[in-house]
Amino acid sequence: MSPQKRVKNSQVQKRTSQVSGNYPTHLLAWEEKEDLNDSKYSLKRGQNNPVEDYGHADDQAEDALQIAVRYFEKGPVKTSQNKDKILEKHLKTVENVALKNGLAPEGIDILLNVALSGKFGSAVNTRILKCMIPTTLISEHSVVKAVSWLCVGKCSGSTKVLFYRWLVAMFDFIDHKEEINLLYGFFFASLQDDALCPYACHLLYLLTKKENVKPFRVRKLLDLQAKMGMQPHLQALLSLYKFFAPTLISVSLPARKKIYFKNSENLWKTALLAVKQRNQGPPPEPLKLMLGPAKVRPVKRKWNSYSVIPVLNSSGCSKECGKKGMILSNYLSSRELFPLEQLKSFPQLLKNIHCLELPSQMGAVLNNSLLLHYINCVKDESILLRLYHWLSQTLQEECIWYKVNNFEHEKEFANFLATINRAQCFLQEGFYSCETFLYKSLPLWDGFCCRSQFLQLVSWIPFNSFSEVKPLVFDHLAQLFFTSTIYFKSSVLQSLKELLQNWLLWLSVDIHMKPVMNSPLETTLGGSMNSVSELIHYVGWLSTTAMRLESNSTFLLHFILDFYEKVCDIYINYNLPLVVLFPPGIFYPALLSLDSSILNQLCYIMHRYRKNLTAAKKNELVQKTKSEFNFSSKTYQEFNHYLTAMVGCLWTSKPFQKGFYIDPDVLEKTGVAEYKNSLNLVHHPALLSYAVSFLLREWPEERTTVNMSSIRGKKWNWYLDYLFSEGLQGLKLFIRSSIHHSSVP
Amino acid sequence: MDSYESAPQHIASSRLKDYFIGATPLQKRLESVRKQTSFVPTPPRRKIPQCSQLQEDNDPQKVAFLLHKQWTLYSLTPLYKFSYTNLKEYASLLSAFIAAEKQKGLAVEVGEDFNIKVTFSTLLGMKGTQRDPEAFLVQILSKSQLPSENREHKVLWTGWFCCIFGDSLLETVSEDFTCVPLFLANGAETNTAIVGTWFQKTFDCYFSPLAINAFNLSWMAAMWTACKMDQYMAATEFLWSVPCSPQSLDISYAIHPEDAKALWDSVHKTPGEVTQEEVDLFMDCLYSHFHRHFKIHLSATRLVRVSTSVASAHTDGKIKILCHKYLIGVLAYLTELAIFQID
Repeated sequence: MSPQKRVKNSQVQKRTSQVSGNYPTHLLAWEEKEDLNDSKYSLKRGQNNPVEDYGHADDQAEDALQIAVRYFEKGPVKTSQNKDKILEKHLKTVENVALKNGLAPEGIDILLNVALSGKFGSAVNTRILKCMIPTTLISEHSVVKAVSWLCVGKCSGSTKVLFYRWLVAMFDFIDHKEEINLLYGFFFASLQDDALCPYACHLLYLLTKKENVKPFRVRKLLDLQAKMGMQPHLQALLSLYKFFAPTLISVSLPARKKIYFKNSENLWKTALLAVKQRNQGPPPEPLKLMLGPAKVRPVKRKWNSYSVIPVLNSSGCSKECGKKGMILSNYLSSRELFPLEQLKSFPQLLKNIHCLELPSQMGAVLNNSLLLHYINCVKDESILLRLYHWLSQTLQEECIWYKVNNFEHEKEFANFLATINRAQCFLQEGFYSCETFLYKSLPLWDGFCCRSQFLQLVSWIPFNSFSEVKPLVFDHLAQLFFTSTIYFKSSVLQSLKELLQNWLLWLSVDIHMKPVMNSPLETTLGGSMNSVSELIHYVGWLSTTAMRLESNSTFLLHFILDFYEKVCDIYINYNLPLVVLFPPGIFYPALLSLDSSILNQLCYIMHRYRKNLTAAKKNELVQKTKSEFNFSSKTYQEFNHYLTAMVGCLWTSKPFQKGFYIDPDVLEKTGVAEYKNSLNLVHHPALLSYAVSFLLREWPEERTTVNMSSIRGKKWNWYLDYLFSEGLQGLKLFIRSSIHHSSVP
Repeated sequence: MDSYESAPQHIASSRLKDYFIGATPLQKRLESVRKQTSFVPTPPRRKIPQCSQLQEDNDPQKVAFLLHKQWTLYSLTPLYKFSYTNLKEYASLLSAFIAAEKQKGLAVEVGEDFNIKVTFSTLLGMKGTQRDPEAFLVQILSKSQLPSENREHKVLWTGWFCCIFGDSLLETVSEDFTCVPLFLANGAETNTAIVGTWFQKTFDCYFSPLAINAFNLSWMAAMWTACKMDQYMAATEFLWSVPCSPQSLDISYAIHPEDAKALWDSVHKTPGEVTQEEVDLFMDCLYSHFHRHFKIHLSATRLVRVSTSVASAHTDGKIKILCHKYLIGVLAYLTELAIFQID
């Protein structure tokens, strides 16, 4: 956009904002200017407007527009000989400007008046109406004035129809709708006109508020329906009425119907897009003309629902029926409650949170993030119970393996689970229904159906006493784990990692809430920590066995170490007094792995363990008092043992000094005579290739005799830098924190 | 590291706390599900239905109406904001809803005169304990075109809701809910669907078909055989299904009711109660008798129907109650199954 244009646009915006603020005086000023003769006028305008510096051509067009508008306002000139020509010229001017930049509210105000007052012929009125395209907005007053012309009966039927269509198309650009809503009765009366009826219906559909729905109107609409039969536009309006007043009317729409109104705005389609772009900001949400069950999937096998998740509907009669005089309460409550269908933004939710109307079927919240926020903070137990019952039953009924094996609907069920998982992730909290569903369905699961979605449910099991949940969930899971492929094992480990993370997050938030009463669940911190440590030991057990079953697969080891990356940082990251080390069955295969990335990850984890343990030790010293959460010396010993093994294998070339006995025969078979020097950063199987490339890069001339043992002293340090530069960051952190550089071999 | 004790965390965690305290109905639900899932799904012993536990104030005509009809069973989650004082309004709303559903797309006014009529009425005294909510009956009647007032409306569809000894469920919901976990319907399934949909939309509840597995059918067989009858109206009959292609094979096994009772008395030890061992023994006796004659192991097939003079039940979730005396007893067991399904 050129700078000139931008200036002009900002001016336009300023003008419209003035219009809405102080409309009559401004219009007066505009008309006053018109009275001056042309040359003076343009001069004066230049003085009045400091930002009068846009292009000359545009300026001319503007002037021509003023003249044209003034011409139309005065009415047709009877005497002039070439009146048709002049008329055509002015019409063209208006059309060109309107299509290019749109018309200012004042221009639309005047021209609407002209078109509906019947000063010109029907053809001219049509052309004027067709180019009533706003630059940004239309003033509500102009519309009200225009409607008043309809009562005079000066315009033809076709003009009326076109005006209604225009009103529907431009509805979003009218600055206010309160006064237009006061004319509801007038628009309603025009339903009787057969030609107007479809468009009037559409307009009323856009305009109707709860308080507009009255018994006499319902009756009138039903009469019309009886007269005209099943018309889509009437259906739409009737179902909207039903939505607002379910106690007055009942209508059931065919499931597949989607369009209720012929596209009234298609005359202005391109123009509307232009206006929306001019108005910038987010384009106004297209009004949803799809009602009720429009979003449905093909009719389901089950009788009781169109789709798994109910459509969002505000609670209808269940509340209103509770009071005497349903209809009266209908109107009273409309002022107290904030209707669901108007809830579009978070600030709205905050403002109306005390008077929000709730959906008639609580399950609908799953598809609505704002309502999920609401149920997350609401204290009302019955809301949660409604959701609980609905979700439990739906999971049971939809589950393709729980009752009858019905695998045709796997995709549908997977989608449903995915929706639930999204909601749980959004709330950062698991639903209790899902937990009970897991209890019931996991023993029957084949480990294949909807795998990723179902395992995700596992990761959202609310925090629990582990020993209580173990027989219900984890024992069954272990059976599947051991008998399934390596990919299944990896997915299970992944979800268990997420489960651990979720539990840790909940606990770290909850840590300082002192238990108020005795409860069936563990509420003391000690009990909770116990539960977490049991989970970690369970995963350790799974992992150790899986490593043996999968013959130390590197792929699997990655997932296992990912889990321990969470475990090693519990003390620092979550502020929870817990350090659990990995079992030897994981540590040694990782230490002696052929894969450098595994070794690197192991180094990182050891580095973090060290950080956590030192932090814990420091805290213990500071607090002095003996707390129940001081780690036993066993944890430290265990860590030190691992650390010694690592330093021995990577640095000092003295692996496994203590507690290991290797049969000399076995050693002989391996052909490694000096095994004691065969494990360090240079000779470690995972790093050997690095050592070779290092030597070849630095001393290419010695290509024929690569001497590994030459890496020592200064070369050792260069080699270290080389390793770090190759991305072994975990190794770097480990060496920096755990090894003092005086001990360079 | 010690700075995490900030206010927002306290607020966020208070809800979690609520659940840990375990005082909420939701928590109670969870506890009960855990118990049920971790142990044997049904208690190992039940009472033999006693002679009429129906209370004094029941309407014999209505009760007679419920007998000798085949009902399809559903389980139903608690109704939210259902009120017994609004039954009239519900009737008019439901009839408008049915009319609208029947003529898809055509709106109808609530309270308008349709060619059908819906009635809601309570079934007084149909309860196990005083705490059980009142059972109620919903009927769709066709209106005769003739003006004469005294012409009977034809009943097109009937459904009723009840809760007999539903304590375990009642404990776990708040007062906004009405627990009638057992729903029985008789009539066209399309009507059941429409009525069910209306209830689901209006009271945020959930209907699921209630099937009866072979395990529970054997319990029914034992419990109903154990009932003392003045006079037997029908043979005791079992139906087993053998899955084979192209058509499944059904094996029907009818016994004289007095023989069945004699068999039961021979296995029955604890007075007034039925235990799991007794049920197993009773069925095993039947199996071995059958095997002796036909060399067929019935235990390898599937029990699909049990008929006695008290009632007959099909695995598809269909039931017919024959004996007025044991109506409550039969319903109590069905309520138990329904509650188990919605837990």
